[in-house]
Amino acid sequence: MILPASVAVENPWLSWGYVESNWDDLARLTGQHVSLTVQAVLIALAIALPLALLARARPAVAGALLGTSAVLYTVPSLALFGLLAPFTGIGRTTVLIGLVAYAMLVLVRNILVGLQGVPHDVVDAARGMGYSGGRRLLAVELPLALPAIITGVRLATVTTVALVTVGVVVGYGGLGQLMFRGFSSSYRAEIMTATLLCLAIALVADVVLLALGRALAPWSRRRVA
Amino acid sequence: MSGASALGDAVRYLNDPLSWTQRGGILDLLGDHLWMTLVAVALAAVIALPLGVLLARLRRGSAVVVTAANLTRALPTLALLYIFTAAIGFGQRPTILAVAIFAVPPILSNTFTGLQEVDPAARDAGRGMGMSRGRLLTSVELPLALPLIGAGLRTAVVQVIATVSLASLVGGGGLGLIISNGIFTQRFGQAMAGALLVVVLALGVEALLAVGQRILTPAPMRVAGRRRGARRSGARAGG
Repeated sequence: MILPASVAVENPWLSWGYVESNWDDLARLTGQHVSLTVQAVLIALAIALPLALLARARPAVAGALLGTSAVLYTVPSLALFGLLAPFTGIGRTTVLIGLVAYAMLVLVRNILVGLQGVPHDVVDAARGMGYSGGRRLLAVELPLALPAIITGVRLATVTTVALVTVGVVVGYGGLGQLMFRGFSSSYRAEIMTATLLCLAIALVADVVLLALGRALAPWSRRRVA
Repeated sequence: MSGASALGDAVRYLNDPLSWTQRGGILDLLGDHLWMTLVAVALAAVIALPLGVLLARLRRGSAVVVTAANLTRALPTLALLYIFTAAIGFGQRPTILAVAIFAVPPILSNTFTGLQEVDPAARDAGRGMGMSRGRLLTSVELPLALPLIGAGLRTAVVQVIATVSLASLVGGGGLGLIISNGIFTQRFGQAMAGALLVVVLALGVEALLAVGQRILTPAPMRVAGRRRGARRSGARAGG
């Protein structure tokens, strides 16, 4: 197909006109993207934390868990959605399960490494002061592991933001839907705008989590820097 | 659409010789998949290996390496595929280019780290023996950094195999086509079969490369190689 030059000029990568006339779509799908990401990371965190605690208590479980997660992490997202689709159908649930699975793999590893990095003498000191197991965990070990956990959450979040877009193949991909639409209609501005919004979400989420980590663990500022 | 019947369909699809040998069947798509992987990794290596060596020499590359890794993590693979296809047209080329970009950071960071971690004593010994800088690099530094560089290449290969699956969404073929066609036509058994094929390919190649690297590593270095290899950056999910 040979296009006259004037048509090529009318397909720019960036167009403010596109943004203005599609404001509603952009806002809705950005919201969808953010809510999928937040839910996936929160659910993954809720599953990963007890798993990591279990793994720390039993080294055999830790080895198996880390090995399995390294293997699972090589499963392509398209393949994962393809494997889930027969069971969970097309739509939000399938995408969410896939996203949780990937985020979990990142989180378990980081939380475990964080907990294992807590100095033994500090734990012994807490034990000597008569702290119970639960109190030791909440007051000593988790706070000390917090910088590593936050690093894991940041990594999982940024990766999830990018992965949401692949959800479009099973019908629910936040900004991925815009990318797909722009691609099918060869409209560059739509692809580019969605891509930039994705990057913006990832950047904002990363900065917010970084600030949150500093607020929760102010002592780590020097080391993390 | 139940999972059990999809599984049956998947087995039936994989058992049918025609699904393998017909034009555009599994074997054709496997060939495309491996070819795109090979070219993408080669392209990434040609950029990342010299860059890693250069940055390690300049001793101030860590910022570049970290930024590159973070940027590609946040950048959706699908977006990059669409952008390249919209820019240069359908086919395998946009996929190879987009995927090569994602393969640069693991190779770059492992080359950089590997060279940085070379024992300074070994470097001094080489220098004391009157080696030139180039000689030092090729006969001391690179061999010592090889386990980590190998691990980076392996990570890149596995990641590329996973990511190339998305080529099917931009008309690039590959095994992902079986998955996406299956999903789009609601033939979930076929989607499942395609997914299994890609997973087996990714894990199989990873295992093969691990064995290959072990065989190629000189015996005295094997223990060190395992210890260092464990520290390689994890493979990233396909897009």
